[in-house]
Amino acid sequence: MIVARLLRGAVGVAGFLGLAEVATRTGFVNLPPVSDVLVKAPDVLLDPGFHADVAATMTAWAVGLALAIVTAVPAGMVLGVLAPAEWAVRPVLEFLRPIPSVALIPLVMLVLADDLRVKVAIIVYACTWPLLLNTMYGMRDVDPVAKETLRSFGFGSLAVLGRVSLPSAAPFIATGIRLSASIALILAVSAELLAGGQYGIGVYTVRAGTSADNVALILCAVLWTGLIGLIINTVLVRTERWLFGWREQLT
Amino acid sequence: MRVLRWFLGLLVAAVVVLVWERATTWMRAAEIEGSVFFPPPSEIVSKLHTLWFSGPADRLFLTDAAYADLLPSMGRLLTGWSIAAVAGILLGVALGRSRTFSQYIDPLLQFGRAVPPPMLITVFIAMFQMGTQMQLVTIVFGVIWPVLLNSVEGARSVDAKFLDSAVVFGLTRVQRLTRVILPAAAPKISAGLRLSLSLALILMVISELVGSTDGIGRHLLLSQRRFELADMWAGILLLGVLGIILNAVFLAVERRVLAWHRQARQVI
Repeated sequence: MIVARLLRGAVGVAGFLGLAEVATRTGFVNLPPVSDVLVKAPDVLLDPGFHADVAATMTAWAVGLALAIVTAVPAGMVLGVLAPAEWAVRPVLEFLRPIPSVALIPLVMLVLADDLRVKVAIIVYACTWPLLLNTMYGMRDVDPVAKETLRSFGFGSLAVLGRVSLPSAAPFIATGIRLSASIALILAVSAELLAGGQYGIGVYTVRAGTSADNVALILCAVLWTGLIGLIINTVLVRTERWLFGWREQLT
Repeated sequence: MRVLRWFLGLLVAAVVVLVWERATTWMRAAEIEGSVFFPPPSEIVSKLHTLWFSGPADRLFLTDAAYADLLPSMGRLLTGWSIAAVAGILLGVALGRSRTFSQYIDPLLQFGRAVPPPMLITVFIAMFQMGTQMQLVTIVFGVIWPVLLNSVEGARSVDAKFLDSAVVFGLTRVQRLTRVILPAAAPKISAGLRLSLSLALILMVISELVGSTDGIGRHLLLSQRRFELADMWAGILLLGVLGIILNAVFLAVERRVLAWHRQARQVI
Protein backbone atom coordinates (compact mmCIF):
# COMPACT_ATOMS: atom_id res chain seq x y z
CA MET A 1 0.00 0.00 0.00
CA ILE A 2 2.68 2.47 1.08
CA VAL A 3 4.96 1.33 -1.75
CA ALA A 4 2.20 1.92 -4.29
CA ARG A 5 1.60 5.36 -2.82
CA LEU A 6 5.27 6.35 -2.91
CA LEU A 7 5.57 4.99 -6.44
CA ARG A 8 2.59 7.00 -7.61
CA GLY A 9 3.99 10.11 -5.94
CA ALA A 10 7.33 9.58 -7.71
CA VAL A 11 5.54 9.06 -11.04
CA GLY A 12 3.58 12.28 -10.44
CA VAL A 13 6.74 14.28 -9.74
CA ALA A 14 8.55 12.74 -12.74
CA GLY A 15 5.57 13.44 -14.98
CA PHE A 16 5.44 17.05 -13.83
CA LEU A 17 9.17 17.52 -14.41
CA GLY A 18 8.88 15.92 -17.86
CA LEU A 19 6.01 18.19 -18.87
CA ALA A 20 7.82 21.23 -17.48
CA GLU A 21 10.98 20.24 -19.38
CA VAL A 22 9.05 20.11 -22.67
CA ALA A 23 7.28 23.39 -21.92
CA THR A 24 10.51 25.22 -21.06
CA ARG A 25 12.66 23.68 -23.87
CA THR A 26 10.14 24.60 -26.53
CA GLY A 27 9.84 28.11 -25.12
CA PHE A 28 6.13 27.66 -24.39
CA VAL A 29 6.90 28.79 -20.83
CA ASN A 30 9.39 31.63 -20.62
CA LEU A 31 11.72 29.99 -18.04
CA PRO A 32 15.12 28.27 -18.20
CA PRO A 33 14.89 24.50 -18.96
CA VAL A 34 14.05 22.37 -15.93
CA SER A 35 17.06 20.10 -16.47
CA ASP A 36 19.40 23.14 -16.26
CA VAL A 37 17.79 24.13 -12.96
CA LEU A 38 18.17 20.62 -11.54
CA VAL A 39 21.84 20.49 -12.57
CA LYS A 40 22.52 23.79 -10.80
CA ALA A 41 20.51 22.91 -7.67
CA PRO A 42 23.35 21.04 -5.87
CA ASP A 43 25.78 23.90 -6.60
CA VAL A 44 23.43 26.38 -4.97
CA LEU A 45 22.99 24.08 -1.98
CA LEU A 46 26.77 23.87 -1.52
CA ASP A 47 27.39 27.58 -2.14
CA PRO A 48 28.63 29.24 1.13
CA GLY A 49 26.97 32.49 0.07
CA PHE A 50 23.58 30.75 -0.04
CA HIS A 51 24.28 29.25 3.40
CA ALA A 52 24.71 32.77 4.80
CA ASP A 53 21.39 33.75 3.19
CA VAL A 54 19.54 30.75 4.60
CA ALA A 55 21.11 31.36 8.04
CA ALA A 56 19.99 35.02 8.03
CA THR A 57 16.41 34.15 7.06
CA MET A 58 16.13 31.28 9.52
CA THR A 59 17.55 33.41 12.36
CA ALA A 60 14.85 36.02 11.80
CA TRP A 61 12.29 33.19 11.51
CA ALA A 62 13.32 31.57 14.78
CA VAL A 63 13.65 34.79 16.81
CA GLY A 64 10.38 36.20 15.49
CA LEU A 65 8.44 32.99 16.03
CA ALA A 66 9.85 32.53 19.55
CA LEU A 67 9.03 36.11 20.55
CA ALA A 68 5.50 35.76 19.15
CA ILE A 69 4.97 32.50 21.08
CA VAL A 70 6.15 33.84 24.44
CA THR A 71 3.96 36.96 24.14
CA ALA A 72 0.83 35.81 22.29
CA VAL A 73 0.27 32.46 24.03
CA PRO A 74 0.18 33.88 27.61
CA ALA A 75 -1.95 36.79 26.36
CA GLY A 76 -4.33 34.32 24.71
CA MET A 77 -4.53 32.33 27.95
CA VAL A 78 -5.47 35.43 29.96
CA LEU A 79 -8.07 36.50 27.39
CA GLY A 80 -9.43 32.96 27.14
CA VAL A 81 -9.89 32.62 30.92
CA LEU A 82 -11.03 36.13 31.82
CA ALA A 83 -14.15 36.89 29.78
CA PRO A 84 -14.32 40.61 30.75
CA ALA A 85 -10.74 41.12 29.55
CA GLU A 86 -11.70 39.59 26.23
CA TRP A 87 -14.77 41.84 25.90
CA ALA A 88 -12.62 44.87 26.65
CA VAL A 89 -9.99 44.32 23.96
CA ARG A 90 -12.12 42.56 21.32
CA PRO A 91 -12.94 45.65 19.17
CA VAL A 92 -9.32 46.80 19.20
CA LEU A 93 -8.12 43.32 18.18
CA GLU A 94 -10.79 42.99 15.50
CA PHE A 95 -9.55 46.19 13.95
CA LEU A 96 -5.83 45.39 14.12
CA ARG A 97 -6.11 41.82 12.83
CA PRO A 98 -7.26 42.52 9.22
CA ILE A 99 -4.37 44.96 8.58
CA PRO A 100 -2.19 43.01 6.11
CA SER A 101 1.16 42.52 7.82
CA VAL A 102 3.15 43.24 4.64
CA ALA A 103 1.61 46.73 4.50
CA LEU A 104 3.54 47.52 7.68
CA ILE A 105 6.93 46.69 6.11
CA PRO A 106 7.53 50.18 4.57
CA LEU A 107 6.67 51.84 7.90
CA VAL A 108 8.77 49.48 10.04
CA MET A 109 11.68 49.96 7.60
CA LEU A 110 11.71 53.67 8.45
CA VAL A 111 11.30 53.23 12.21
CA LEU A 112 13.82 50.39 12.65
CA ALA A 113 16.78 50.75 10.33
CA ASP A 114 18.35 47.34 11.05
CA ASP A 115 17.06 44.65 8.66
CA LEU A 116 17.01 41.80 11.20
CA ARG A 117 14.87 43.92 13.53
CA VAL A 118 12.51 44.81 10.66
CA LYS A 119 12.03 41.12 9.85
CA VAL A 120 11.53 40.13 13.49
CA ALA A 121 9.03 42.93 14.14
CA ILE A 122 6.93 42.02 11.09
CA ILE A 123 7.04 38.30 11.91
CA VAL A 124 5.94 38.93 15.52
CA TYR A 125 3.01 41.06 14.33
CA ALA A 126 1.84 38.51 11.76
CA CYS A 127 2.27 35.43 14.00
CA THR A 128 0.52 37.02 16.97
CA TRP A 129 -2.95 36.51 15.43
CA PRO A 130 -3.06 32.76 14.80
CA LEU A 131 -1.30 32.14 18.15
CA LEU A 132 -3.56 34.46 20.13
CA LEU A 133 -6.83 33.27 18.58
CA ASN A 134 -6.01 29.56 18.74
CA THR A 135 -4.96 29.85 22.39
CA MET A 136 -8.16 31.76 23.21
CA TYR A 137 -10.35 29.14 21.53
CA GLY A 138 -8.41 26.36 23.20
CA MET A 139 -8.86 27.85 26.67
CA ARG A 140 -12.57 28.34 26.06
CA ASP A 141 -13.03 24.81 24.76
CA VAL A 142 -12.01 23.22 28.09
CA ASP A 143 -14.56 20.74 29.42
CA PRO A 144 -16.36 22.58 32.27
CA VAL A 145 -17.19 19.29 34.04
CA ALA A 146 -13.49 18.42 34.30
CA LYS A 147 -12.76 21.85 35.80
CA GLU A 148 -15.64 21.61 38.27
CA THR A 149 -14.58 18.10 39.26
CA LEU A 150 -11.08 19.26 40.13
CA ARG A 151 -12.47 22.26 42.03
CA SER A 152 -14.83 20.12 44.06
CA PHE A 153 -11.84 17.98 45.07
CA GLY A 154 -10.39 21.15 46.55
CA PHE A 155 -7.82 22.09 43.92
CA GLY A 156 -7.05 25.81 43.53
CA SER A 157 -7.35 27.82 40.30
CA LEU A 158 -3.65 27.39 39.48
CA ALA A 159 -3.91 23.61 39.76
CA VAL A 160 -7.01 23.64 37.54
CA LEU A 161 -5.11 25.73 35.00
CA GLY A 162 -2.08 23.44 35.04
CA ARG A 163 -3.85 20.10 35.18
CA VAL A 164 -6.95 20.65 33.04
CA SER A 165 -6.99 23.87 31.05
CA LEU A 166 -3.44 23.82 29.70
CA PRO A 167 -3.33 20.15 28.62
CA SER A 168 -6.75 20.60 27.05
CA ALA A 169 -5.75 23.77 25.17
CA ALA A 170 -2.32 22.44 24.14
CA PRO A 171 -3.41 20.95 20.77
CA PHE A 172 -4.97 24.29 19.77
CA ILE A 173 -1.77 26.12 20.73
CA ALA A 174 0.25 23.58 18.69
CA THR A 175 -1.94 24.27 15.64
CA GLY A 176 -1.33 27.99 16.14
CA ILE A 177 2.42 27.40 16.25
CA ARG A 178 2.34 25.31 13.07
CA LEU A 179 0.36 27.98 11.17
CA SER A 180 2.67 30.70 12.50
CA ALA A 181 5.79 28.80 11.41
CA SER A 182 4.82 28.99 7.74
CA ILE A 183 3.51 32.57 8.04
CA ALA A 184 6.83 33.59 9.62
CA LEU A 185 8.78 32.18 6.66
CA ILE A 186 6.55 34.02 4.16
CA LEU A 187 7.04 37.32 6.00
CA ALA A 188 10.78 36.88 6.42
CA VAL A 189 11.08 36.50 2.64
CA SER A 190 8.66 39.40 1.96
CA ALA A 191 10.61 41.73 4.24
CA GLU A 192 13.85 40.71 2.55
CA LEU A 193 12.44 41.46 -0.91
CA LEU A 194 11.51 44.98 0.20
CA ALA A 195 13.96 45.98 2.90
CA GLY A 196 16.95 44.27 1.31
CA GLY A 197 19.74 43.96 3.83
CA GLN A 198 22.96 42.01 3.38
CA TYR A 199 21.82 38.39 3.62
CA GLY A 200 18.58 36.44 3.29
CA ILE A 201 16.86 34.02 0.90
CA GLY A 202 14.72 36.89 -0.38
CA VAL A 203 17.84 39.02 -0.83
CA TYR A 204 19.34 36.15 -2.86
CA THR A 205 16.48 36.31 -5.38
CA VAL A 206 16.80 40.10 -5.70
CA ARG A 207 20.59 39.95 -6.03
CA ALA A 208 20.38 37.28 -8.73
CA GLY A 209 18.41 39.61 -11.01
CA THR A 210 16.29 38.52 -13.95
CA SER A 211 18.68 37.33 -16.69
CA ALA A 212 17.98 33.77 -17.91
CA ASP A 213 20.96 32.21 -16.11
CA ASN A 214 20.04 33.90 -12.90
CA VAL A 215 16.39 32.87 -13.07
CA ALA A 216 17.69 29.28 -12.96
CA LEU A 217 19.56 30.18 -9.76
CA ILE A 218 16.43 31.75 -8.28
CA LEU A 219 14.46 28.59 -9.10
CA CYS A 220 17.11 26.55 -7.26
CA ALA A 221 16.64 28.83 -4.25
CA VAL A 222 12.86 28.36 -4.57
CA LEU A 223 13.39 24.58 -4.60
CA TRP A 224 15.50 24.57 -1.43
CA THR A 225 13.27 27.05 0.36
CA GLY A 226 10.26 24.91 -0.47
CA LEU A 227 12.05 21.90 0.98
CA ILE A 228 12.91 23.85 4.16
CA GLY A 229 9.25 24.82 4.49
CA LEU A 230 8.19 21.23 3.87
CA ILE A 231 10.60 19.89 6.51
CA ILE A 232 9.45 22.44 9.11
CA ASN A 233 5.82 21.59 8.44
CA THR A 234 6.38 17.82 8.50
CA VAL A 235 8.33 17.99 11.77
CA LEU A 236 5.60 20.08 13.40
CA VAL A 237 2.77 17.83 12.14
CA ARG A 238 4.62 14.70 13.35
CA THR A 239 5.33 16.31 16.74
CA GLU A 240 1.67 17.24 17.10
CA ARG A 241 0.61 13.69 16.28
CA TRP A 242 3.17 12.24 18.68
CA LEU A 243 2.16 14.56 21.53
CA PHE A 244 -1.58 14.57 21.06
CA GLY A 245 -2.22 11.30 19.21
CA TRP A 246 -3.86 9.81 22.33
CA ARG A 247 -6.55 12.46 22.06
CA GLU A 248 -7.68 11.32 18.62
CA GLN A 249 -7.87 7.73 19.83
CA LEU A 250 -10.20 8.86 22.63
CA THR A 251 -12.77 10.42 20.33
CA MET B 1 -24.90 41.45 29.38
CA ARG B 2 -24.54 41.98 25.65
CA VAL B 3 -24.83 45.73 26.06
CA LEU B 4 -22.20 45.68 28.81
CA ARG B 5 -19.84 43.73 26.55
CA TRP B 6 -20.20 46.20 23.72
CA PHE B 7 -19.96 49.18 26.01
CA LEU B 8 -16.76 47.88 27.64
CA GLY B 9 -15.13 47.11 24.29
CA LEU B 10 -15.97 50.44 22.70
CA LEU B 11 -14.91 52.30 25.84
CA VAL B 12 -11.47 50.65 25.73
CA ALA B 13 -11.17 51.36 21.98
CA ALA B 14 -12.06 55.02 22.58
CA VAL B 15 -9.51 55.28 25.41
CA VAL B 16 -6.81 53.70 23.21
CA VAL B 17 -7.44 56.23 20.41
CA LEU B 18 -7.55 59.13 22.87
CA VAL B 19 -4.29 58.13 24.58
CA TRP B 20 -2.68 57.63 21.17
CA GLU B 21 -3.82 61.09 20.05
CA ARG B 22 -2.60 62.79 23.25
CA ALA B 23 0.70 60.89 23.34
CA THR B 24 1.60 61.60 19.70
CA THR B 25 0.60 65.27 19.95
CA TRP B 26 2.68 65.63 23.10
CA MET B 27 5.64 63.80 21.53
CA ARG B 28 5.51 66.14 18.57
CA ALA B 29 5.28 69.27 20.75
CA ALA B 30 8.19 68.09 22.90
CA GLU B 31 10.16 67.29 19.73
CA ILE B 32 10.99 63.82 20.95
CA GLU B 33 13.13 61.84 18.54
CA GLY B 34 11.03 59.44 16.47
CA SER B 35 7.80 61.40 16.94
CA VAL B 36 7.83 62.07 13.18
CA PHE B 37 7.08 58.36 12.57
CA PHE B 38 3.87 58.45 14.60
CA PRO B 39 1.40 61.12 13.42
CA PRO B 40 -1.71 61.67 15.59
CA PRO B 41 -4.71 59.50 14.58
CA SER B 42 -6.81 62.59 13.79
CA GLU B 43 -4.25 63.57 11.16
CA ILE B 44 -4.25 60.02 9.69
CA VAL B 45 -8.04 59.96 9.41
CA SER B 46 -8.23 63.41 7.82
CA LYS B 47 -5.49 62.34 5.39
CA LEU B 48 -7.50 59.22 4.53
CA HIS B 49 -10.48 61.46 3.80
CA THR B 50 -8.66 64.07 1.67
CA LEU B 51 -6.66 61.49 -0.27
CA TRP B 52 -9.46 59.17 -1.33
CA PHE B 53 -12.93 60.13 -0.10
CA SER B 54 -13.29 63.90 -0.67
CA GLY B 55 -14.50 63.63 -4.27
CA PRO B 56 -17.79 65.00 -5.69
CA ALA B 57 -21.06 63.32 -4.75
CA ASP B 58 -21.83 62.15 -8.29
CA ARG B 59 -18.65 60.06 -8.21
CA LEU B 60 -19.56 58.39 -4.89
CA PHE B 61 -17.24 60.86 -3.09
CA LEU B 62 -14.22 59.08 -4.53
CA THR B 63 -11.28 61.25 -5.64
CA ASP B 64 -9.18 60.71 -8.77
CA ALA B 65 -6.53 59.15 -6.55
CA ALA B 66 -9.12 56.65 -5.29
CA TYR B 67 -9.84 55.62 -8.89
CA ALA B 68 -6.10 55.33 -9.55
CA ASP B 69 -5.19 53.42 -6.35
CA LEU B 70 -8.27 51.59 -5.12
CA LEU B 71 -9.88 50.27 -8.28
CA PRO B 72 -6.83 48.56 -9.84
CA SER B 73 -5.91 47.00 -6.48
CA MET B 74 -9.42 45.69 -5.82
CA GLY B 75 -9.74 44.49 -9.42
CA ARG B 76 -6.57 42.42 -9.19
CA LEU B 77 -7.46 41.10 -5.75
CA LEU B 78 -10.92 39.92 -6.78
CA THR B 79 -9.83 38.58 -10.18
CA GLY B 80 -6.92 36.63 -8.69
CA TRP B 81 -9.07 35.28 -5.89
CA SER B 82 -11.85 34.22 -8.31
CA ILE B 83 -9.42 32.38 -10.61
CA ALA B 84 -7.86 30.62 -7.62
CA ALA B 85 -11.32 29.75 -6.26
CA VAL B 86 -12.53 28.14 -9.49
CA ALA B 87 -9.28 26.27 -10.15
CA GLY B 88 -8.91 25.22 -6.50
CA ILE B 89 -12.46 23.88 -6.20
CA LEU B 90 -12.33 21.98 -9.52
CA LEU B 91 -8.96 20.37 -8.85
CA GLY B 92 -9.70 19.85 -5.16
CA VAL B 93 -12.99 18.02 -5.72
CA ALA B 94 -11.38 15.82 -8.39
CA LEU B 95 -8.52 14.98 -6.02
CA GLY B 96 -10.89 14.39 -3.11
CA ARG B 97 -13.00 11.91 -5.08
CA SER B 98 -10.15 9.89 -6.59
CA ARG B 99 -7.66 8.34 -4.19
CA THR B 100 -5.36 7.18 -7.00
CA PHE B 101 -5.27 10.59 -8.69
CA SER B 102 -4.53 12.30 -5.38
CA GLN B 103 -1.63 9.90 -4.67
CA TYR B 104 -0.01 10.95 -7.96
CA ILE B 105 -0.35 14.65 -7.20
CA ASP B 106 0.17 14.73 -3.42
CA PRO B 107 3.98 15.29 -3.25
CA LEU B 108 3.69 18.16 -5.75
CA LEU B 109 0.91 19.75 -3.70
CA GLN B 110 2.81 19.42 -0.43
CA PHE B 111 5.85 21.03 -2.02
CA GLY B 112 3.94 23.82 -3.76
CA ARG B 113 2.17 24.73 -0.55
CA ALA B 114 5.49 24.95 1.34
CA VAL B 115 7.08 27.49 -1.05
CA PRO B 116 6.66 31.02 0.38
CA PRO B 117 4.79 32.80 -2.48
CA PRO B 118 6.96 35.97 -2.35
CA MET B 119 9.96 33.79 -3.38
CA LEU B 120 8.32 33.41 -6.77
CA ILE B 121 7.68 37.11 -7.40
CA THR B 122 11.13 37.54 -8.96
CA VAL B 123 10.51 34.48 -11.14
CA PHE B 124 7.11 35.80 -12.22
CA ILE B 125 8.68 39.19 -13.04
CA ALA B 126 11.15 37.37 -15.32
CA MET B 127 8.27 35.45 -16.93
CA PHE B 128 5.68 38.19 -17.39
CA GLN B 129 7.49 41.53 -16.80
CA MET B 130 6.17 43.98 -14.21
CA GLY B 131 2.46 44.58 -14.26
CA THR B 132 -0.99 43.16 -13.81
CA GLN B 133 -0.29 39.69 -15.23
CA MET B 134 2.62 39.13 -12.84
CA GLN B 135 0.51 40.34 -9.91
CA LEU B 136 -2.42 38.10 -10.83
CA VAL B 137 -0.19 35.04 -11.09
CA THR B 138 1.37 35.85 -7.69
CA ILE B 139 -2.06 36.19 -6.08
CA VAL B 140 -3.41 33.01 -7.70
CA PHE B 141 -0.36 30.95 -6.70
CA GLY B 142 -0.45 32.29 -3.15
CA VAL B 143 -4.15 31.89 -2.37
CA ILE B 144 -5.04 28.66 -4.19
CA TRP B 145 -3.74 26.37 -1.40
CA PRO B 146 -6.38 26.88 1.29
CA VAL B 147 -9.21 26.47 -1.27
CA LEU B 148 -7.57 23.43 -2.85
CA LEU B 149 -6.77 21.60 0.38
CA ASN B 150 -10.15 22.34 1.95
CA SER B 151 -11.95 21.19 -1.22
CA VAL B 152 -9.96 17.94 -1.16
CA GLU B 153 -10.88 17.37 2.47
CA GLY B 154 -14.52 18.35 1.94
CA ALA B 155 -14.98 16.10 -1.10
CA ARG B 156 -13.17 13.22 0.59
CA SER B 157 -15.28 13.26 3.73
CA VAL B 158 -18.72 13.14 2.04
CA ASP B 159 -20.90 10.70 3.99
CA ALA B 160 -20.87 7.37 2.12
CA LYS B 161 -24.57 6.91 2.94
CA PHE B 162 -25.45 10.03 0.93
CA LEU B 163 -23.53 8.74 -2.08
CA ASP B 164 -25.04 5.25 -1.82
CA SER B 165 -28.54 6.72 -1.63
CA ALA B 166 -27.79 8.87 -4.67
CA VAL B 167 -26.76 5.76 -6.63
CA VAL B 168 -29.90 3.91 -5.50
CA PHE B 169 -32.08 6.80 -6.64
CA GLY B 170 -30.41 6.60 -10.05
CA LEU B 171 -28.62 9.97 -10.05
CA THR B 172 -26.12 10.37 -12.86
CA ARG B 173 -22.47 11.19 -12.18
CA VAL B 174 -23.02 14.89 -12.90
CA GLN B 175 -26.08 14.98 -10.66
CA ARG B 176 -24.17 13.26 -7.86
CA LEU B 177 -21.45 15.90 -8.18
CA THR B 178 -23.76 18.93 -8.20
CA ARG B 179 -26.48 17.65 -5.85
CA VAL B 180 -24.52 15.60 -3.31
CA ILE B 181 -20.75 16.09 -3.34
CA LEU B 182 -20.55 19.87 -3.85
CA PRO B 183 -23.25 20.72 -1.26
CA ALA B 184 -21.72 18.32 1.27
CA ALA B 185 -18.26 19.83 0.75
CA ALA B 186 -19.57 23.42 0.69
CA PRO B 187 -18.91 24.35 4.36
CA LYS B 188 -15.27 23.22 4.14
CA ILE B 189 -14.78 24.91 0.74
CA SER B 190 -16.28 28.09 2.14
CA ALA B 191 -13.84 28.10 5.06
CA GLY B 192 -10.98 27.77 2.56
CA LEU B 193 -12.37 30.60 0.42
CA ARG B 194 -12.53 32.91 3.41
CA LEU B 195 -8.93 32.22 4.39
CA SER B 196 -7.87 32.79 0.77
CA LEU B 197 -9.62 36.14 0.64
CA SER B 198 -7.55 37.54 3.52
CA LEU B 199 -4.40 36.02 1.99
CA ALA B 200 -5.28 37.67 -1.34
CA LEU B 201 -5.19 41.09 0.33
CA ILE B 202 -1.68 40.34 1.66
CA LEU B 203 -0.41 39.11 -1.71
CA MET B 204 -1.98 42.03 -3.54
CA VAL B 205 -0.04 44.42 -1.30
CA ILE B 206 3.29 42.58 -1.56
CA SER B 207 3.04 42.26 -5.35
CA GLU B 208 2.29 45.98 -5.63
CA LEU B 209 5.11 46.90 -3.28
CA VAL B 210 7.61 44.97 -5.39
CA GLY B 211 6.53 45.92 -8.87
CA SER B 212 3.58 48.08 -9.84
CA THR B 213 2.71 51.38 -11.45
CA ASP B 214 -0.55 51.83 -9.54
CA GLY B 215 -2.49 50.52 -6.57
CA ILE B 216 -2.48 50.94 -2.79
CA GLY B 217 0.83 49.11 -2.39
CA ARG B 218 2.41 51.54 -4.83
CA HIS B 219 0.96 54.42 -2.80
CA LEU B 220 2.61 53.01 0.36
CA LEU B 221 5.97 52.75 -1.38
CA LEU B 222 5.80 56.28 -2.82
CA SER B 223 4.83 57.84 0.50
CA GLN B 224 7.69 55.95 2.16
CA ARG B 225 10.18 57.34 -0.38
CA ARG B 226 8.81 60.87 0.03
CA PHE B 227 8.89 60.40 3.81
CA GLU B 228 5.20 61.32 4.08
CA LEU B 229 4.32 59.38 7.19
CA ALA B 230 0.67 60.47 7.46
CA ASP B 231 0.05 59.31 3.85
CA MET B 232 1.60 55.95 4.68
CA TRP B 233 -0.47 55.47 7.85
CA ALA B 234 -3.58 56.44 5.88
CA GLY B 235 -2.76 53.69 3.37
CA ILE B 236 -2.34 51.14 6.16
CA LEU B 237 -5.64 52.25 7.72
CA LEU B 238 -7.37 51.95 4.33
CA LEU B 239 -6.07 48.38 3.93
CA GLY B 240 -7.31 47.48 7.41
CA VAL B 241 -10.77 48.86 6.58
CA LEU B 242 -10.76 46.97 3.26
CA GLY B 243 -9.88 43.75 5.12
CA ILE B 244 -12.81 44.24 7.50
CA ILE B 245 -15.23 45.02 4.64
CA LEU B 246 -14.14 42.03 2.53
CA ASN B 247 -14.54 39.69 5.49
CA ALA B 248 -17.95 41.12 6.44
CA VAL B 249 -19.27 40.84 2.86
CA PHE B 250 -17.97 37.28 2.61
CA LEU B 251 -19.62 36.27 5.90
CA ALA B 252 -22.94 37.84 4.82
CA VAL B 253 -22.90 35.94 1.51
CA GLU B 254 -21.86 32.72 3.25
CA ARG B 255 -24.71 33.02 5.74
CA ARG B 256 -27.17 33.25 2.83
CA VAL B 257 -25.67 30.51 0.70
CA LEU B 258 -25.11 28.05 3.52
CA ALA B 259 -28.36 28.81 5.39
CA TRP B 260 -29.73 25.37 4.44
CA HIS B 261 -26.68 23.76 6.02
CA ARG B 262 -27.21 25.39 9.42
CA GLN B 263 -30.88 24.45 9.39
CA ALA B 264 -30.09 20.85 8.49
CA ARG B 265 -27.63 20.70 11.37
CA GLN B 266 -30.17 22.08 13.83
CA VAL B 267 -32.73 19.38 12.99
CA ILE B 268 -30.21 16.68 13.83
